[in-house]
Amino acid sequence: MQDKTDLTSLIFGRLSLESIPYHEPILVVTFIIAALAGAAVFGFITYKGFWGALWRDWITSIDHKKIGIMYIIMAFIMLLRGFSDALMMRAQQAMAFGGSEGFLPPEHYDQLFTVHGVIMIFFVAMPMIVGIMNFVVPLQLGTRDVAFPFLNNFSFWMTAAGAGLVMVSLFVGEFGKTGWLAFPPLSGIEGSPGVGVDYYIWSLQIAGVGTLLSGVNFMVTIIKNRAPGMTLMRMPIFTWTALCTNILIVVSFPVLTVVLAMLSMDRMLGTHFFTNDMGGNMMMYVNLIWIWGHPEVYILILPAFGVFSEVVATFSGKRLFGYSSMVYATIVITVLSYLVWLHHFFTMGAGASVNAFFGITTMIISIPTGAKLFNWLFTMYRGRIRFELPMMWTVSFMVTFTLGGMTGVLLAVPPADFVLHNSLFLIAHFHNVIIGGVLFGMFAAINYWFPKAFGYKLDDYWGKWSFWLWTVGFYAAFMPLYVLGLMGVTRRMNHFDDGSLQIWFVIAAIGALLILGGIIASIIQFVVSYRRRDELRDHTGDVWNGRTLEWSTSSPPPQYNFAFTPVVYDNDSWTDMKKHGYERPREGFVPIHMPKNTAAGFVLAMIAAACGFGLIWHMWLLVGASFIGLIGGIIIHTFNYNRDYHIPAEDVTRIENERSQQLDRYA
Amino acid sequence: MTTNATDATQNLPSSHFYVREHHPEQGTLLGFWLYLMSDCLLFAALFATYALLSHSYAGGPSGADIFDLPLVALNTGFLLVSSITFGFAMLQMQLKRVNGTLLWLGITGLLGAAFIGLELYEFSHLLGEGFGPQRSAFLTAFFALVGTHGLHVSFGIIWIIVIMVQVKRFGLTTDNSRRLMCLSMFWHFLDVVWIGVFTFVYLMGVLQ
Amino acid sequence: MSEHNAHPPSGDSHDHYQGHHGEETRPGHSTLKGYMIGFVLSVVLTAIPFWLVMANVIEGSGLTALVILAFAAAQIFVHMVYFLHMSPQAEGGWNLLALIFTLILVFIALAGSIWVMYNLNVNMMPGVMSEPVLEMQSQ
Repeated sequence: MQDKTDLTSLIFGRLSLESIPYHEPILVVTFIIAALAGAAVFGFITYKGFWGALWRDWITSIDHKKIGIMYIIMAFIMLLRGFSDALMMRAQQAMAFGGSEGFLPPEHYDQLFTVHGVIMIFFVAMPMIVGIMNFVVPLQLGTRDVAFPFLNNFSFWMTAAGAGLVMVSLFVGEFGKTGWLAFPPLSGIEGSPGVGVDYYIWSLQIAGVGTLLSGVNFMVTIIKNRAPGMTLMRMPIFTWTALCTNILIVVSFPVLTVVLAMLSMDRMLGTHFFTNDMGGNMMMYVNLIWIWGHPEVYILILPAFGVFSEVVATFSGKRLFGYSSMVYATIVITVLSYLVWLHHFFTMGAGASVNAFFGITTMIISIPTGAKLFNWLFTMYRGRIRFELPMMWTVSFMVTFTLGGMTGVLLAVPPADFVLHNSLFLIAHFHNVIIGGVLFGMFAAINYWFPKAFGYKLDDYWGKWSFWLWTVGFYAAFMPLYVLGLMGVTRRMNHFDDGSLQIWFVIAAIGALLILGGIIASIIQFVVSYRRRDELRDHTGDVWNGRTLEWSTSSPPPQYNFAFTPVVYDNDSWTDMKKHGYERPREGFVPIHMPKNTAAGFVLAMIAAACGFGLIWHMWLLVGASFIGLIGGIIIHTFNYNRDYHIPAEDVTRIENERSQQLDRYA
Repeated sequence: MTTNATDATQNLPSSHFYVREHHPEQGTLLGFWLYLMSDCLLFAALFATYALLSHSYAGGPSGADIFDLPLVALNTGFLLVSSITFGFAMLQMQLKRVNGTLLWLGITGLLGAAFIGLELYEFSHLLGEGFGPQRSAFLTAFFALVGTHGLHVSFGIIWIIVIMVQVKRFGLTTDNSRRLMCLSMFWHFLDVVWIGVFTFVYLMGVLQ
Repeated sequence: MSEHNAHPPSGDSHDHYQGHHGEETRPGHSTLKGYMIGFVLSVVLTAIPFWLVMANVIEGSGLTALVILAFAAAQIFVHMVYFLHMSPQAEGGWNLLALIFTLILVFIALAGSIWVMYNLNVNMMPGVMSEPVLEMQSQ
């Protein structure tokens, strides 16, 4: 690709000192803060001597619970990054009117909205739901781990490697300026000659491998590892939604892989998939990426639906209303989500028949979704509702998501879409469903399952602050965008001339500040909860009077989850066990067969990240070496047959006895 | 999946709500099949792209101009024979014959290599004539689809070599047998994709 | 990617995962007869389309295309049954279910893409539209 093929370009490719954006004050300050924070964390770990434990117990761990927690921590870190981008955009749009240019130059602003979308979807929402699934699904199934524990660790580190590449792009080079789906020809080599789009492509490719493998992993886990007696129609509803989400991951992510690979071939090899000349067709990119993109939306929202179902049933003290209709609604959504992709480009000229078909299928999806909403309402009806934090998030979700769903149905009408396409109305709509649906769901999930993961509840006071600030902040930030969208204001602008619009952007910016308060409150919530952990301790393992199997083991669960495998007779199996006077087994424990920890996943993912970095900068030597290293590493890994061990019966007996004594003491 | 529920309960100390020993079924083969299904979608996207771009010649050659059907027929033959030789390897595996398994695996690998060799010959021939993937969108889509299949076959060959070493060193253990079954699925799956390729790309390309 | 089958039972025969579950990992029953039937059928189903095209047997390329697509479908079916041992029993039916679901989605993605892109081309580039794409739609 380059004229000079001397050693320097073989090693460094396009990378040179000019690639480091030290002339951008905002980035330099960010870098200094990040470096100081990194040094502080590094120093703290070294000072406390935690490196060994971190390596042994976390990085190389193949325990699904720890991997789940790592996913969620990563999602939170990335949320901070993605949200600071959002805050800067809101500030820019509130300021840049008439004569004022705001504080962000266009090329920086364009990177911001691109990276904001990419991070929020791929590295906040996705890790968050995969993390919750990791932690909860095996526990709900009554099994000891996922089907392929090593693969699980590898998936996590691949996702982390992708996230790492996005973070690196902040300080080395640049990120794409193309919007989060990088449509050609803008993302082609002529439109974007820099490394930004390459960062986009390779971080998503690497993270995508992880996502796909974890999709396969969870499908097999749910199909094969259910506790005895747990038929499909006795599975907890969250596990059902997890199954459907993973089905969608397995059938849609390969399409993303292909389309990004084609884009990178256009950029690197000069091929003509999506170019303007030589017969290429850029609309094919739009078509293919939305074949992945629409199922992706449901990949995100279905597990959130599952969380709300669990929370509503638990906190209403009732069996979930319409369990089977909930299951069928989920399945129908799964299939339909593959039939609606064109509604993302109604305006690109497909014509009446095509638009009508996809408009109608889109509207049909709202029927099973509506059925779910009624199921939740009927579950609450005449229930003994406890307004704990997870339930508060759920109620807020029901109101907010209904609103977002309705604006979605408006957008599904092709003629209306011609007016609203690419406007801030669309932005308001998808933030309405993703924040009001996915993010509120994840907050409900974190508040709900945190006691299970750590053995103590989250602090209520700061949790309520976080809840109210998020909810009010969301409405303040996005309702003005609906108004602006209806007035015809388009997305992705960094400057406006019409001063009469400014007030709406100012309100939206205030909303973003309230959300910032919500994020800070939830960080305080974690800190305060940790410091008050002894007061907030849960000794029963069943802090909410739960209904499914994860509440039948201790909090936090032992490494092997269940000493004896529970037998299931009902879809609220733990409620059923409590009702029929189950008795905890207190003797006769046997050695438990568990997989061993391994560093292979971490090492392979880091090599993959190096390979990605090389591909971004055209460092062909690094690419070659790391590719061979990757293949070689995988082959070497397959020669390791000795991957499991037994936890001795004495250890199991000791752990279980402690638990029995604890239960007796607090009973 | 529920088979163990009843027979294992009786040895329990306390209640019918727990079983002491429950071993989930092995999931590797199902997992690998699901991976193949996702691969199917990957090829579907490539086929869709090819279908769209297959007439965008941009003044370059069409399929009828450049496809050499006898060559493709020979290549198809290699792949077909390799699938039956892989079948023989699996039969030898069932009989627990290490050497027979290795022999047939080796033959399969060689046939795969012959396939790849011929495909590389075809590609280099096209490149030599100036009909590389940069020439037109049709050639881009052609190289992408056929090349992705070829890449899969190449990985299959590497996998065959690795598993031959493993069978040689560790014998036909449960692990190795399961890996062979996965590889067998992979190899036959690539055959199925090739059916689509030679029909849709080569034969129909020559037709029009 | 496909090579790491994490968490396999070790070769140790006292292993807990082995026991009575060892047999369940065996899909279908591979027999020499099955493979031979599959091989002969697939050779025939490959040879005929090649012959049809190379010897130009049928007048009209559209009809030939339909015929060879039918042969391809038949051959894919043969491979699925005789080489991939697809049956309603394999893995408790999950394999077949996954396959059918995947085929439906492949159909949606392929047919949908062609339909959508055809319409986009007709509406947005009326002058450039070439005949062959029309034909492709009918296939």
